[in-house]
Parts: sequence; structure tokens; C-alpha cells
Amino acid sequence: MTPSTRLALAAACAAAFATSAHAQGNAPIKVGLMLPATGTFAALGDMIEKGFRLHVQEQGGKLAGREIQYFKVDDESDPSKATDNVNKLIKRDQVDVLVGTVHSGVALAMAKAAKESNTLLIVPNAGADAITGPMCGANIIRSSFSNWQPGYSTGVVAAQKGYKRAMTITWNYAAGAETVKGFREAFEKGGGQVIKDLNLPFPNVEFQALLTEIAAQKPDVVFAFFAGGGAVKFVKDYDAAGLKKTVPLFGSGFLTDGTLQAQGASAQGLFTTLHYADSLDIPKNNSFRKNFALAYKQNADVYAVQGYDAAQILSAGLNAVKGDMGKRDAMLAAMRKATVDSPRGKFTLSPAGNPVQDMYLREVKGENNEYRSVAVKALADPARGCKL
Amino acid sequence: MDLATFLVQCLNAVQYGLLLFLVASGLTLIFGIMGVINLAHGSFYMIGAYMAFVLAPWFGDWYLTKLLAGVILAAVFGYLLEWAFFSYLYQRDHLQQVLMTYALILVFEELRSLTVGNDVHGVQAPTWLAGGFKLGELMSYPWYRVFASVACIVLAVALYWVVNRTKLGMMIRAGASNRDMVRGLGIDIQRLYRIVFAGGVALAALAGMIAAPLSSVYPNMGGSVLIICFVVVVIGGIGSITGALIASLLVGFVDTFGKVFFAEFSGIGVYLLMAIILIWKPEGLMKQHGR
Amino acid sequence: MGAEHAATSASRFGRLVPLLGLAVLAALPAVLTPYTQDLVLKIAVFAIFALSLELLVGTTGLVSLGHAAFFGIGAYAAVLFTGGVGSLPAALAWLAGDGGAAPLLKLLALSVGFAALYALFVGALSLRTTGVYFIMVTLAFAQMAYFVFHDTKVGGGSDGIFLYAKPVLEIGGTTLIDLDRKSHFYYFTLGALAFTYGVLALVNRSRLGHALAGIRVNEQRMRAAGFRTYGYKLAAFVIAGALAGLAGFLVGVKDGAVNPELLSWHESGAVLLMIILGGIGSLRGAVLGAVAFTLLKELFQSEALLGPLAGHWQLTLGLTIIAFVALLPKGLIGLKQRLAGASHG
Repeated sequence: MTPSTRLALAAACAAAFATSAHAQGNAPIKVGLMLPATGTFAALGDMIEKGFRLHVQEQGGKLAGREIQYFKVDDESDPSKATDNVNKLIKRDQVDVLVGTVHSGVALAMAKAAKESNTLLIVPNAGADAITGPMCGANIIRSSFSNWQPGYSTGVVAAQKGYKRAMTITWNYAAGAETVKGFREAFEKGGGQVIKDLNLPFPNVEFQALLTEIAAQKPDVVFAFFAGGGAVKFVKDYDAAGLKKTVPLFGSGFLTDGTLQAQGASAQGLFTTLHYADSLDIPKNNSFRKNFALAYKQNADVYAVQGYDAAQILSAGLNAVKGDMGKRDAMLAAMRKATVDSPRGKFTLSPAGNPVQDMYLREVKGENNEYRSVAVKALADPARGCKL
Repeated sequence: MDLATFLVQCLNAVQYGLLLFLVASGLTLIFGIMGVINLAHGSFYMIGAYMAFVLAPWFGDWYLTKLLAGVILAAVFGYLLEWAFFSYLYQRDHLQQVLMTYALILVFEELRSLTVGNDVHGVQAPTWLAGGFKLGELMSYPWYRVFASVACIVLAVALYWVVNRTKLGMMIRAGASNRDMVRGLGIDIQRLYRIVFAGGVALAALAGMIAAPLSSVYPNMGGSVLIICFVVVVIGGIGSITGALIASLLVGFVDTFGKVFFAEFSGIGVYLLMAIILIWKPEGLMKQHGR
Repeated sequence: MGAEHAATSASRFGRLVPLLGLAVLAALPAVLTPYTQDLVLKIAVFAIFALSLELLVGTTGLVSLGHAAFFGIGAYAAVLFTGGVGSLPAALAWLAGDGGAAPLLKLLALSVGFAALYALFVGALSLRTTGVYFIMVTLAFAQMAYFVFHDTKVGGGSDGIFLYAKPVLEIGGTTLIDLDRKSHFYYFTLGALAFTYGVLALVNRSRLGHALAGIRVNEQRMRAAGFRTYGYKLAAFVIAGALAGLAGFLVGVKDGAVNPELLSWHESGAVLLMIILGGIGSLRGAVLGAVAFTLLKELFQSEALLGPLAGHWQLTLGLTIIAFVALLPKGLIGLKQRLAGASHG
């Protein structure tokens, strides 16, 4: 071969080997953040990242003595590009830890890729039951919730309040279906009956037709799951249709999280359950919210907490092996056994990798979801289908 | 379904359809008169909605004044955009127009992200339109939705009047039928196009402003409106305002009743409608003559 | 005389370029990292997708904004008929396997077959319309397919479904091709690309191809000359759909995951963008466009190369597309012609 070809070949080989070799010891730990930077969930991705970085910052920029090097990929909340995008982090940047994402469909693809390449994956939001269900793995941990959890705890509260006939309304996608299933399970166990499930295609937000249907059926209570822009519109439409005064509305916490400024008066007095409440008066939450506001000049929300705790879980694992990621099994075991001192209160992880946490009943007051009581203590997702 | 519920659903269908009409009318004008496929039309709707949000603190309850201000701003913006960008697209084929306007969507979304951020924002309806009237036992119908429907009807009538009864409208219709002849008659077709384009943008932005209190503002809100808009324009017949009105109402009914009766298939309903109509009438319901 | 001589030797060299390209691609795995190999695979699959659309848009002059439907159907068929996931209607369920590695030829035939079948259905109905209405009807049919996978239980909804066992080709107990192995999949995809390119090159040279070109230039004249243009257009539509289904099969197996977004109008727009970038009217343009589009997106989203600007890739990509279409209306192929100072076309 010609000298120039040899040179090119050598350069290519060098590049290939350079990216694949990473020394242990004092080399930085590569954290791959796959979060939405554009599109409907961009704000959520931003908060998760800020929460994650805050914890690392609080530890002085190092976890277990090792620097953190961040790699970012915009997942565009598009599941069809998910495999390509996650491979950018796994194969191109060769990260040690994957953190992501918001959209469940994308997260499922990430979980599959993580299993195939045995990369550590920490999920800071996506609630798809399958991630800690049939797709569970020793290297997959979630720092947020499973869709079933907030649905179930709301169902418990609704049944306790004595309601007998409920209607559910949500988008026709996995997150909606799984949340409603949790609600139904608890509500029916508590003696109630779900008379009708309403849904509309995701992400359609023309609710009028279904609101009219609710008025026609006259249930005792309505359970709704929507998030983001859809949640804002639904709560406002529900109020504008006069239903807020006549049929009590309960929701999974996402109905009122991050959306209160936009929802305004329409959301006042709404009851939701979630694994976090802004006004939770515990030392850890107070210091967390203060540090977050100081660092970023905005108030933390549940997404920031989930990002923060993802970093805490990673910390726990790294500290147990003193930063040596080669001791893989010990690190994963330590992460699973950790008790996380979270702004939401202390929580542990189930064998399937999902938080076992207190679910709080919150009421909307002003621009905050205020803590009222504990709806369900130490709720564990049943992890149906997980073989761990 | 009892009669009362049925009537309310009809009301819902009409209100949704009328708002769609407002956005679609701008698109059918631009599409029909100037022959430009403009994928960025949803972005104008989005810009209108965000304008409603941004201008709200300055105008407070002076709602109609705010709408007027928004329309003027949007028209100026449209005029400049046509001059700077769209005028180069007339000579290009449909494919290139699709491409360039698709790229424009990306640019507008990113600019929106850089200037206003990615959060969801609510827009308050003016206090003199707050509340609603009782409709049956449990429901009440918000006054603001009534206002939105009425506004759309008023604008539809105004549009019809301008296009069919004024000199400007006559020039527009002539330009749609035979561009070269109009130029030959000494009418400045370039300025005409610029005015029509500005009008189309203003209509879409106005629709966004009116819809903002109902839908709130959030990233990518233009995307869902865009596709449905194209469906409406094509069903109605490109360039026909009356066609757009009929088509919007049809789509409103299919969407509303589809959701109630066929929840799983409601997404498909509108496209099925379009396919059936196009196979029956390949150029839309109200075929435009001369083009 | 000299110009003619230059032209024939140029065209002789020109005919070798695709073969050279194929040879280079075949040699690449020796020098590429696993990630860049995946990138090449992605480009190859998109190239097949773009080539299939080129037959419709470039050769026949039919602009379709719904081509992603056939791509997505091919992908979904590959996953659904391997079995174990989703929920096929009873009429089709007997064709599905049990979730283990499916027979390669059967799966390929089902993918391409169903894509072609839907193309036949869509083509038969939409070819009755013309111009911008045709564009919209193709979009409508693609949206319908999209919503079937997005809203109903067939495809597992908006989160998509996964392929857990990749197809194998077995003859008499010995496994000849196992698409789970990276090298096998790589060369299989290259083979598919070569096949697609070859088929389309042959079509372009054949009577069918000449008829399609004639239809593109002036359909009325073709009809006056006695050609049944509807039939020819339908044939082109079905072939294009089938080849898009092939690309879909490959993307489904490559990613091991399918999702309704594969059928969205954004995907249809993207493939249209690819052939315009490359230059409409040439097979090479389609491939070049796929390469350019994929690499451009990689570039603009790359944090390593663009730092904080990578988060605003929508802006950079959008402006680049506008500049491209404004300055290079004939695409990259047009650029080459301009640089070469070619006197033809």
C-alpha cells in the first residue's frame, strides 16, 4: 500500500484505539446525559440536568475522588431515533454511565441498549412500568417513579374519601394506560368502581368532547393523567367547563407539577399524589431548594429532585468501591442497597431497581403543590414481569 | 347520547372548526393565490400565541386592542418575511418550497426557544369574558369560547367581503386566475403578493392569539395545527375560502364525534375523510376555476 | 471531437464510480470503530430509502409526502412477524413466529410484501389525483398508517415494540446468515444497497424507465402516444414502496426497535430532503443525499465539534438547508457538474 494509505490507516486505527482505551484511577468518569434539549419536554430535561449537576457540584465536582466528564445528546423525545442516539453515547463517546430520559418510549430503547452493552443506566424520569418490569436488569436503576405508583396512591386516597363511581381520562399511550391501571387497582380494592375510561390520542388536546361526556355520565370523581402542555390545558378546560365545582378532580401529581404558573386559578385546591411536594418541610428538602435557587435562580421541581437523586445513587455506588468502576458487581450492589437521603424524604430501591418511597397527598395553593399528608407509606411497585 | 349532550357536542365541533378555519384561511390564500406550499404556517400560529403571552402584561384587559396590535405586528412581520424570503420561492418548484419552509419551521422553533424559553405558559382570558353560562346540570360553557367562535365568524364574513367585494379582492382573484395577464394590465403583482402574504400571516397569528387562552403556549404547538390545516385546505379546495370554511366544520365534527364514539380510531378519522373526499372530488370540494 | 472523446471516457469512468464506492464500503469494517460502522449502516439504509423515493420523484415526477409509510410498514412487519410482541389481527397472526429467530427469507418477503401491498392500495387510489392534491393524498394515507400503529394495539402504541431475536438464514440445519452477527448484517445491508441500486439502474434503462421519464416530462403526450400511463405510474409506485419496505426491514433489524415515528410526515420530509440535497434525477444523487443529510445532522448535533451550539442544532440545520436550496438548487450532483464545467445538462 502507498505511504498515504498507510498513514490514513494508522490514523484511523489510532483514533479507534484512543477512544476505546480509558484508564482507571484518576481518569474522569464519563457520564452520558441523554435528555430532551428540544421539543415539548425540553424544560424537563433542563431541570433534570441541573439537579444532577447540583449534587456533583456539592461534592466539589468529584464523586469518590474522580472528576465527572459530561457528554450530552438531545434525544428529541423521538423513540425512532433513540437507538441511534444512545449509541452515540455508548459506542462513540463510550460513557461509563448513562442517564436518561424523560419520554418512556426513548427510555425503553435506552434500557434495551444498556442491557445489550451492559452499560449502567440510571433513569431520572421515564415511568414506563416495563423498565423495572420485564426489562429490568442489575445495571438499570430508576431514581424517579413507575407510572403505576402515583396512580395507585391517588386511587387509595379517592377510595378513602368515600367516592364510589369514578371516570378516568388520559392520553392513549403507555404512560397514561399504566397510571390509570394503578388508579383502578387501588380504587376498586377500596370499594369503588371505575364506570368509564376516557382517552384521546396522544398528544391531542381538544378535550371539550370528552368533558361533555363526563358531564353526561355524572361520576363522583374524575381521575386525570396529563403532563406538560396537555396538563395545563386540561385543568383550565375542566374549570372553564364548570366541572371543577361539580365533579371533584384528582390527578397524578404531574397534572400540577411545573404547570401551576400557567394554570393559575384553575388549579387552586386540586388534590394530587406524587412522590414529592414542593413544600415538604424536611431539612434535606429545605437545603436542596435553597442551594438550587442559589445556583440556578429558579425554583426546583420534582424533575430536578429526580436528577439530583440519580447523581446521589451514582455517588453511593462509587463511594462503596472508592471510585473503582472495575468492581462492577460491588458497585451495582451498593447502589441497589443504598438508602438515598433525598429531598423527597429517604427512600430505598426495590430489587427491580425502582424507588420504594412515600407517596404524598398534595393540594395546590398559590403556585405550589403543598404537602398535606402521606397518602401511602413506602409504596413499592409490584414489578410484574421482572425476573430479578 | 341524549339530545342535550348531542347539541353540546355539536357546539364543541363548530367552535373547534371555526378556529381551524381562521388558521386555514390564511394558508389557503397563500397556497391558492401564490402557489406556495408553506409548511411554516403552523409557526405563524405559534408566533401569534406567543405574542399573546408576551404582550399580555402591557395590555391587561384591553383585549381587543391587544389583538389589533398583534395583527398589525404580524402583518408587518409577514410583509418583511415575504420581501426577504418568500418572494424567492415563487420561481422554485413545489419540492424546494416544501424544503425551505420546513427549514423555516426549525429556525422559528429554535428562535422561540432562545427568546422565550421552553416552558409552558398560560394566557389569561380578559376578565370581561371570564366565566360561563350553565349548560345542563354539571357543565357550563365558557364565555371566552363563545367569543372565539363569534370572532371567527366575524372574520370569515370580513374576509369574504374583502375578497369578493373590494378592488383589492378583485385583484387577488385575478392574480389567482392569471398572473401574467394581471401583470400585463399594469398591476404590481409583487406588491399584491406581499399584501396577500402579510394577510395570511396575520390571519394565522390572530388565530394563535385567540386560541392562546384556550390552549396555552408550549413548544411545538405549531406542529399539530399545521398538518390539520393542510388537510382542511385540501379538502376545501386550494384557494377557496368558502371551501376552507366547509372543510373546517367537517373536520371539527369528525374530530369531536370521533373522539366520543371511536376513541382508538379518532386519529385516523380526519385523514380517512380527506382520502374519501379527494377520491370523490380530486380537486377538493370547491374547485377553483382557472387554476 | 476532443470534447466527445472526453465525454465517453468520462462516462466510462462514471459507470465505475458506484462499483468503486461499493468496494470501499466493503473494505471499511477493517478500519472503522464500532460507532462509525453503525453510522455507515445507518447511511446505507437511508440510501436504500432515498433511492426508492428517487424512482418516484426523480424518474417519474411523482412527489410523494407519504413515502415513510412503506418504510415503517416494512420495519413493523419485520418485528411483528418475528412474533411475541404486538398484537396482529387474527387474519394475519398465523404468519407470525414465536419470538425466536425468524427465517430470514420469510421475514424479508413479508416485510417487502406488505409494504408493496399497501403501496398498491395507496397508489391505486391516489394516482387519480395530480399535482399538489397527489402530494396531500399520499400524506393522508401515510398518516392513516401512522395512526394505526400509534393508536391501536397492533403495534404496541406510541412507545413502539422491540425485536429480541434477529432473523437467520438456515439451509438444511446450517446457519448461513445470522443477522445478529455484526459482520453478517453489514454485508447483507451492503448487498441490499447494491441490489437496489442495480435494480433501479436497470429499470431506468428499460422500457418501463423510459416510459416513466416520458410521463415525467409530458404525461399528456405519452397518453396521446398510446401509453397507459396510469399502469406505468402504479408500477413505479409499487416498486418504490417495495424497496422502501426493504429499507424498513433493515432498519427494524438494525435497531431492534420500531416506533410509529418511522411513518411520520417528518420522516417522509427527511427522505425528500435527502434526494433534494443530493440532486434529483440521479441515483448517485440519492445516495449522496443520504450521506450528506446523515453526516450534516451528526455534525450539527455533535458536542465535541460544536460545543454549546450543538443544543441549537435545529437553527444550524435549518439555516444550512435554506442556504443549500437557495444556492445549490440542483443539489450536490449539480455542484459536481458545475465544478467539472460539464457542458451537458
